[in-house]
Amino acid sequence: MKIAIASGKGGTGKTTVAVNFALALEDVQLFDCDVEEPNCHLFLGFDLEPVEEVACLVPEINPDLCTLCRECASFCKYNALAALPNKILSFPSLCHGCGGCSYICPAEAIEEKPRLIGMIEKASSKNSLTFYRGILNIGEVMATPVIRALQRHIDESRPVILDSPPGTACPVLTVMGYADYCVLVTESTPFGFHDFLLALEAARALKLPVGVVLNRDGVGDSRVEDFCRAKGIPILLRIPDERMIARLYSEGIPFIKEMPEWKEKFRNMLKTINTVICKSEGV
Amino acid sequence: MKICISASGKELDSEVDPKFGRCNYFVLIDPDTGAVTSIKNPGSEASSGAGIRAAEAIVRAGAEILLTGSVGPNSFSVLSEAGIEIYSGIRGTVDFALEEYKSGKLVVLKGPNSSPSKA
Ligand code: SF4
Ligand code: SF4
Repeated sequence: MKIAIASGKGGTGKTTVAVNFALALEDVQLFDCDVEEPNCHLFLGFDLEPVEEVACLVPEINPDLCTLCRECASFCKYNALAALPNKILSFPSLCHGCGGCSYICPAEAIEEKPRLIGMIEKASSKNSLTFYRGILNIGEVMATPVIRALQRHIDESRPVILDSPPGTACPVLTVMGYADYCVLVTESTPFGFHDFLLALEAARALKLPVGVVLNRDGVGDSRVEDFCRAKGIPILLRIPDERMIARLYSEGIPFIKEMPEWKEKFRNMLKTINTVICKSEGV
Repeated sequence: MKICISASGKELDSEVDPKFGRCNYFVLIDPDTGAVTSIKNPGSEASSGAGIRAAEAIVRAGAEILLTGSVGPNSFSVLSEAGIEIYSGIRGTVDFALEEYKSGKLVVLKGPNSSPSKA
């Protein structure tokens, strides 16, 4: 069972939900897939150890073989190559590593060389929770290969919670595309609602069953709730706008540690999700 | 020698567009003959690397001097590799920018002055 925790924008409490959810359950894995800003760790405080480095294959052009035919530059749809009259310039940070340019080069002047763009880390085994995270190096824009590398460490035999990047761009779709359920975390404010709809659309496009966690419930209006009721989207959990929760958050403490009564609520959430997944898989 | 100006239209009286990579057109002027030509900026619709495509296009069109506003790091490396002199601070129409250049009112750009656009 793979559950993506997503939200249309950052700052809705997505990471809080992911971390508390993971800590409430037994024998689950937590994967921080928000590789541009991995911050689950801030709440967990585990010792981390490196697992592997992630590289992207980028072209290296041999000027002695290159005939300046321009084919590589006009092929590259990410515009990572520029053809000047006397040389080809490459921009590795824009390269998606598709391998197309070296494939089409008629002079065989292009070789693919690995370039490090990020790394994977995990919590040492003395921690109760299996935790992995991916990190995209500063200045890099290609989050997807790091997320893919991270996914290869998931143990498919146990439930996994995927803290997804915010938004609805490519990295999010990579995470959602891998999941079998999507929990959307949102606040019921006009802006929150707008971003929620975008995220919902993304999950729907991937045919992913969706449930909602209302964070800071009680603040704002009832538009998310009304919408969900009308569309038959379950509200899995409401996290009220409570002083205690806000304080623990600001101190970097997962609220479940100090408020054990929440364990049951998160466990029930897992049960609900489980039922939906089984149904959609026809079990 | 050709002077290239980033613009929103193709004519001398078109408004300039200070965004190098994303402008619609480049107007090229040959100050010796007075000939005016224009090219569509292939970067204006690029999903990534707009500035690179734009810079490549003006190099190939034979520009030697560029009058514009903001240039990102990738565009800047293509332009400087090709030996193009860059001036920034254009405003008004293409004509007006050309006059300001001739009277020395534009400043030479020695490094990128904007961040690459992700979109
Ligand atoms: S396709 Fe090959 S030969 Fe042609 S310009 Fe690119 S590197 Fe050079
Ligand atoms: S590998 Fe693909 S993305 Fe990278 S430069 Fe070549 S064609 Fe462009």
